[in-house]
Amino acid sequence: MSMNTQGRPTAPGEAADATHPTFTGNKALMIEEPLIYEIGRPDVTGVDLDDDAETETHLGGLERSADPDLPGLSEPETMRHYVRLSQKNYAIDAGLYPLGSCTMKHNPRLNEKMARLPGFADIHPLQPVSTVQGALALIDLLAEGLKELTGMPGIAMSPKAGAHGELCGMMAIKAALEARGDARAIVLVPESAHGTNPATAALLGYKVEAIAARDDGTVDVAAVKEKLSDQVAAIMLTNPNTCGLFERDIIEIAEAVHDAGAFFYCDGANLNAILGRVRPGDLGVDAMHINLHKTFSTPHGGGGPGAGPVVLSEALMPFAPLPWVVAPTSQGEGGHTLVEHVESAGGATPFGRMTAFHGQMGMFVRAASWMLSHGADGMRQAAEDAVLSANYIRASLQDLMSLPFGERPCMHEVLFDDSFLNDTGVTTLDFAKAMIDEGYHPMTMYFPLVVHGALLIEPTESESKASLDLFVATLRDLAMAASRGETGRFAEAPFHAPRRRLDETRAARQPVLRWTPPAPTEPEPKRDAAE
Amino acid sequence: MRYLPLSDADRVEMLARIGVAGIDDLFADVPEAARRDGLVDLPLGKSEMAVERQLGALAAKNAAAGATPFFVGAGAYRHHVPSTVDHLIQRSEFLTSYTPYQPEVSQGTLQVLFEFQTQVAELTGMEVANASMYDGSTGTAEAVLMAHRLTRRDKAVLAGNLHPHYTAVVETTAQMAGHAVDALPPVPVGEDDVLARIDDETSCVVVQTPDVFGHLVDLRPIAEKAHAHGALLIAVVTEAVSLGLVEAPGAMGADIVVGEGQSIGNGLTFGGPYVGLFATRKKFVRQMPGRLAGETVDAEGRRGFVLTLSTREQHIRRDKATSNICTNSGLCALAFTIHMTLLGAAGLKRLARLNHASAVKLAKALGAVPGVAVLNSAWFNEFTIRVPGNATDVIEALAKRGVLGGVPARRLFPAAGHDDLIVVAATEINSDDDRAAYAAALQEVLA
Repeated sequence: MSMNTQGRPTAPGEAADATHPTFTGNKALMIEEPLIYEIGRPDVTGVDLDDDAETETHLGGLERSADPDLPGLSEPETMRHYVRLSQKNYAIDAGLYPLGSCTMKHNPRLNEKMARLPGFADIHPLQPVSTVQGALALIDLLAEGLKELTGMPGIAMSPKAGAHGELCGMMAIKAALEARGDARAIVLVPESAHGTNPATAALLGYKVEAIAARDDGTVDVAAVKEKLSDQVAAIMLTNPNTCGLFERDIIEIAEAVHDAGAFFYCDGANLNAILGRVRPGDLGVDAMHINLHKTFSTPHGGGGPGAGPVVLSEALMPFAPLPWVVAPTSQGEGGHTLVEHVESAGGATPFGRMTAFHGQMGMFVRAASWMLSHGADGMRQAAEDAVLSANYIRASLQDLMSLPFGERPCMHEVLFDDSFLNDTGVTTLDFAKAMIDEGYHPMTMYFPLVVHGALLIEPTESESKASLDLFVATLRDLAMAASRGETGRFAEAPFHAPRRRLDETRAARQPVLRWTPPAPTEPEPKRDAAE
Repeated sequence: MRYLPLSDADRVEMLARIGVAGIDDLFADVPEAARRDGLVDLPLGKSEMAVERQLGALAAKNAAAGATPFFVGAGAYRHHVPSTVDHLIQRSEFLTSYTPYQPEVSQGTLQVLFEFQTQVAELTGMEVANASMYDGSTGTAEAVLMAHRLTRRDKAVLAGNLHPHYTAVVETTAQMAGHAVDALPPVPVGEDDVLARIDDETSCVVVQTPDVFGHLVDLRPIAEKAHAHGALLIAVVTEAVSLGLVEAPGAMGADIVVGEGQSIGNGLTFGGPYVGLFATRKKFVRQMPGRLAGETVDAEGRRGFVLTLSTREQHIRRDKATSNICTNSGLCALAFTIHMTLLGAAGLKRLARLNHASAVKLAKALGAVPGVAVLNSAWFNEFTIRVPGNATDVIEALAKRGVLGGVPARRLFPAAGHDDLIVVAATEINSDDDRAAYAAALQEVLA
C-alpha cells in the first residue's frame, strides 16, 4: 500500500464493502435528485426582475384566477438540480453511441458558437427582410449545398424534423398528382421502413401496402412491379435501407415507379453512408428529407430539435411549400427576398405551409458550419469512414454474432440478428442492457422488424480505431459470455447504471404523467379562518 | 479533417481486416450509373477560423434585436433568458444524447420531461401535457387531428384572429387529409362571428388568445357553445408569458391547449427551433400525439421515468399511430423548464406584469403620436395600431432609423386590406428609452 505525504493510505482497504448502502442513497458521483416539485417553492425565484411603477392594466377582466403551481429555485439550486440530472444521461460526448439509423456523430462546438452569433440567434422571423439579408443568404448557402450534394433541383427548407420532412415530401407528391387530376389511394412501404413512413402516408389518407424484403434484405423489384398500378401514388424507400444495405436495384425500381405514374419518396435517414459518393438525384428520387440532426451533426438534444429539409425533383418543385428564399441574380443585383405568400409566388403553385416561420434556422447555421468545415472532400471522407467503421465492426464480430444476410459488405450500419443467442437464455434486450454496464449505449434493438431480435449498430465516422477496437472487444466478450451460459451477467442487467431495469408495463397501465402532491397521510390540521 | 479520427494507416489496416482491397469495394452495391468518382461541386474543407470568418460575415449583415429598440412579436417574442439556461442546455449529457429510449441511462432527460409536462399542465390549467411538439403551429394542426379522432367529425372552425400562419398550417394538413376547415377572416376591431359557425358537424373550434392582433379573448362562451354541440375547444397561446397574468385556457373550458413555448427559455433564432406546448384532459390522453414521459419504478423499487403510452406512436403502431411525429423539441423543452424553474410562479407573475406594464406604457406613447390610433381595449403585451398611410413603408422607414417597430398586418394578411395596421409587441426588455425612441421615430416618419 502506498502512502501520500500526509501518511494516509491511498489504496483501497481490503475490507471495503462495495454494496454497503449509503445514508443518502447516493453512490459517490451518482447522486439521487428529487423533482423540482419536491425541492422548490412557488414563492422562490432565481430571476431578479425590476419593479415597475405602472399600475394601469388593460386585461379586460381576464386576470388569472388561480396561480399555477410552478416551484421556483434560486440560481445555484437550479444549476445543481440540472447538472445532477444531466449526469444521469449517456451522451455522444461521453462515449460511442451505436444507435443504428440515428447517426450519433460528433457535434462540433464550432457549430454551437456560430448558431449563437447574435446576427443569427437574435433575429426575428418577421422583422423587415432588409434587416436579415445575411440570414437569408445563410439559408440559401445551405440550400444550394444540399441540392448539390443530392443532385436534386429543388428544396423545401421549412420542415422541422425528419418525419415533418416526410410529410412535406408526401404532400408535394399528393399535390402533384392532384394537379394532374390523378387521385391515387395507395402508398407502398417496405416492411423494413421506419415507422414514420407508414404513419406519414396514413396521415394523408393513403392506404399503406407493405412490400416484403428479399432473402438478402433488399427490396424485390419484381414485388414492387407486381404491386404497382394506377392507384399507387408513391413508394417510400429508405436507401441505404435499415438493414444497412444499399438497394442495388434502386434505379430499376425508380423507373418502374415512374412508368406507373407514381413518385419515389426516399427516406434520407441514412444519407450519411453515401454523402458525396452517391447522389439520390442520380437514382431517380423525387423527394427526400435530410435529417440535419443526423448527417449534418446538429445535436439530438435528448429528442430534438431536428431539422428536415426536403430536396425535390423537377416534377415536384412547383409544389414546394411556403416560404422560400430567392437569391439575387448572378450579378448580385437586389438582395435576397423571401416569398411568404402565394400572392408573391410567381408561377409556382405551393401546396401550402408546413410551419409558422422559415424552418429551423438554428439548425441551418450548425449544418452549414459542418458542411463548410468538411467541404466536398471532408464530407466524402466522412461517408467513407462511416462505412469503413461499420464494416470493420462487421468483420470483427461476424464469427461470434450472426449476420442475417451473409458476410457481404454493409453500408454505414451493420445489422445482426439474435440467432447467435439461440439456446443461451440471453435475449437481444438482455444483451443490449449488459452493454450499459460496460459503458456503452445499446445499439438499436428489435428494428428493423424484418429480422428476428435485430441489433443494428451504427458507429459513424467519429470513432477512432482504438475506440472501435475496444467496442469490438467488449461485444466479443459479451457474445462469448452468452455462449458460455453466463446468464447472470445479462438477465438483470444493467447493474451499474443510475437505475436498474424500469417497469414499463406499470408505467403504461397506470400512467403517471405529471407530479401531483402526495396524498396527506393524516387529515390536515384545521387552518385558522383568518389565514 | 479535424473531426475525423481515423488516420490513413488506420484505414489501410481496417480494410485489411475487412478483407477488401479498397473503399470502393464497400460501395459495390451502388449501381455503376450512380457512382461518383469525383468530388461534388462545393468548396474544400475549411479551418475553424475560416468558417468563423465566413459565417460571422453573414451574421453581421443582420440587425440583431438586442442592438436596437425592438418591438416585433406576432408569434415570437424577445425576452431576457437567464445565462444559466444556455449554459445548462449545452451540458454534453443533455445536448448530445438521443431520445431517451434506454431509460437506465437517460434518467436525466426523462426526469426533465416529466417536470416539463407538469409545468406545462399547470401553466395552461390542464391535467396532462406531452413532452413537446415542433412548435405552436404544427401543434395546432395536430390538435385539430386529435379533435377529429375524439369527435369522429372532420370540420374545424378557425377564429379569424388565429395567427394566419397557424391557419395556413391547419388548412394545409386538412386539405391533404380531406378534412373541412371553416377559417374566418381576420377582425382587427370588433367581434368575430366564431360562435355562429359552431354547429353539430363541428369537431373543434380553434381560438387564439391573446390573438394575432393582441386582443385578449374570453374563451368561456365559446367553450360553452362548442360543448353544447359536442365540439371541442382548442385554445392557442403564442405568448406563453401571458399565462402568468391572464386566465388559463383550462379554467375557461378549453379541451386542448396548444402553445408556442419559445418565450420561455428560447431565443428568436429567426423562427426556429421553438417548442410546441400541448396539453389536454386526462381522459383524452390516449389520442394525444407525441412523446410522454411517465413515472414508474426500477427493479429495486426506486422511482424512475420512462417514455410511455408508446402504443400511440409511429414506431409501434406505424400507419395506425396518432401522429407521425418522432424527434420533437427536447432541448428547447429543457430550456423552457430551466427558465420556468428559475422563475417559479412568483417570478413568472412578475415577469408577466412587467410585460403588460411595458405594453401599457408603449400604447400610451404611440397613441399620443398624431394620427396614430391604438385599436385594442384589452391586451397583454401586444396590440395593434392604425397609422395614416402604408404600414409596410412605415416599418421600413422606422428600420432605417434603427427601430424595429412591429409587424405590418399586410405581411401577415396580404389580401385582407389591413394595410394601415401594425402589430406591436413590448416586453420586459424594452426600456423607457426604447419606448421613447419608438414614439419619436414614428412621429418623425409620419410627419
